[in-house]
Amino acid sequence: MNAFLAIIGRDLRLATRAGGDALTLVLFFVMVGAVVPFAIGPDRVLLAQLAPGIIWIAAFLSMLLGLDRLFRADEDDGSLLLLRHAAIPLEAVVAAKLIAHWLLSALPLLVASPLLAVLLSMEAGAWGKTVLALLIGTPALTAFGVIGAAVTVSLKRGGLLAPVLILPLSIPVLIFGVAMVSAPEGSSAASLFLAAVSLVCVAFCPFAAALALRVGSE
Amino acid sequence: MTLDSTAPKPNWFSRLAHPGSFMTWSRPILWPLGIVTALTFAAGFWYALFNSPADYQMGETVRIMYIHVPNAWLSQFVYGVMAVASLGTLVWRHPLADVAAKSAAPLGATFTALALFSGSLWGRPTWGTFWEWDGRMTSTLILLFIYLGIIALWRAFDDQLRAARIVAIVTLVGALDIPIIKFSVDWWNTLHQPASVITPTGPKMPGTILTPLFIMMLAFTLLFLLLHLISMRTEILRRRADSLSRQAAQRSAP
Repeated sequence: MNAFLAIIGRDLRLATRAGGDALTLVLFFVMVGAVVPFAIGPDRVLLAQLAPGIIWIAAFLSMLLGLDRLFRADEDDGSLLLLRHAAIPLEAVVAAKLIAHWLLSALPLLVASPLLAVLLSMEAGAWGKTVLALLIGTPALTAFGVIGAAVTVSLKRGGLLAPVLILPLSIPVLIFGVAMVSAPEGSSAASLFLAAVSLVCVAFCPFAAALALRVGSE
Repeated sequence: MTLDSTAPKPNWFSRLAHPGSFMTWSRPILWPLGIVTALTFAAGFWYALFNSPADYQMGETVRIMYIHVPNAWLSQFVYGVMAVASLGTLVWRHPLADVAAKSAAPLGATFTALALFSGSLWGRPTWGTFWEWDGRMTSTLILLFIYLGIIALWRAFDDQLRAARIVAIVTLVGALDIPIIKFSVDWWNTLHQPASVITPTGPKMPGTILTPLFIMMLAFTLLFLLLHLISMRTEILRRRADSLSRQAAQRSAP
């Protein structure tokens, strides 16, 4: 357990020190959301109607953008090799990195989402539902991202490949996430499905990603 | 007593699946398989174009179904073949499984694209639109994206042995995810008619339409098997040529 927490702490420290890019991702998230009104016009009613979808798309893109930093730096400086021979199994290492990545790439987006809600003239109720949906759904996006990053880490020129691989796979998350926001009061089907997808992905991802890491460095 | 006789005797499956003996036994069956495929297609086309009724609502356009449904069936069947081959790669590290998975991917992508294409040609006269975001069309489109991603991943690797295992992991993750995608997309929007060939109460179509449909599905499946065998043989030859040229380069090096 100590080693598990140490890996989470290490990733968090690395990302928040100088040269880390935790805030750049938030900036990207807000900018994607803020660019949309320029494309579809500043109609407040239309914007409020589209806002949950826009926030989901912005979160989706930001999380794809941050994938490369999951394993790339560790692969380049050799610490991934050391982690493979750590006292805890590689699956646990991957799970720790999954948690750290969620804390670094999904939680800041949730914190920044009120800003987008104001820009897109969302009501407080819709914003609350969107944040709840993001809270439930982003672990699944992170899990798919971890698999994509683990699969492409041994490729020198695989930067664009991971997003292309996992984007079609994570469409259910988007469907249930947006449906949860637009669902009428009292119907919980979408949120339950979203939670189920998230739980399955998070439980399954460390094994698939660890297998890919082992195979990739053979 | 020779060294060979102490080695465990390979069972019939591993003997059949050894790349060298695969090349030997697959060569003589290519022509017969091709002839059977052509005959099945001839019978299927005769039934489909001349010996089946036009639909009372859709008219003659119903005949697009005899191309559309087999392609849609193959788009999923080929993914199943790839998933089984991926298990073979990961569990038994079988070289022929790598080759089977790799050469099935472009075929599957082609059949999926053809299913979408013929579907949109059929949709224009019957639904009045080339594209509709309905459940089955959308999940077929996503399946096409998954195929294309897998092909891109194959092409990104230089080392084909490592590529095979990595792609196998992605293929299996996709195989687990595709039912979820299908379910979520169906739940999201449904316009396409529900399943009507295999239902709990038996087929809902008359036999005059079902007979040509099944013949065409058989013909397309045979076509896939034929093309798969040919492209597996090509892939094995390509790998042999690669390793020969590498050996030649080593020998000519000072």
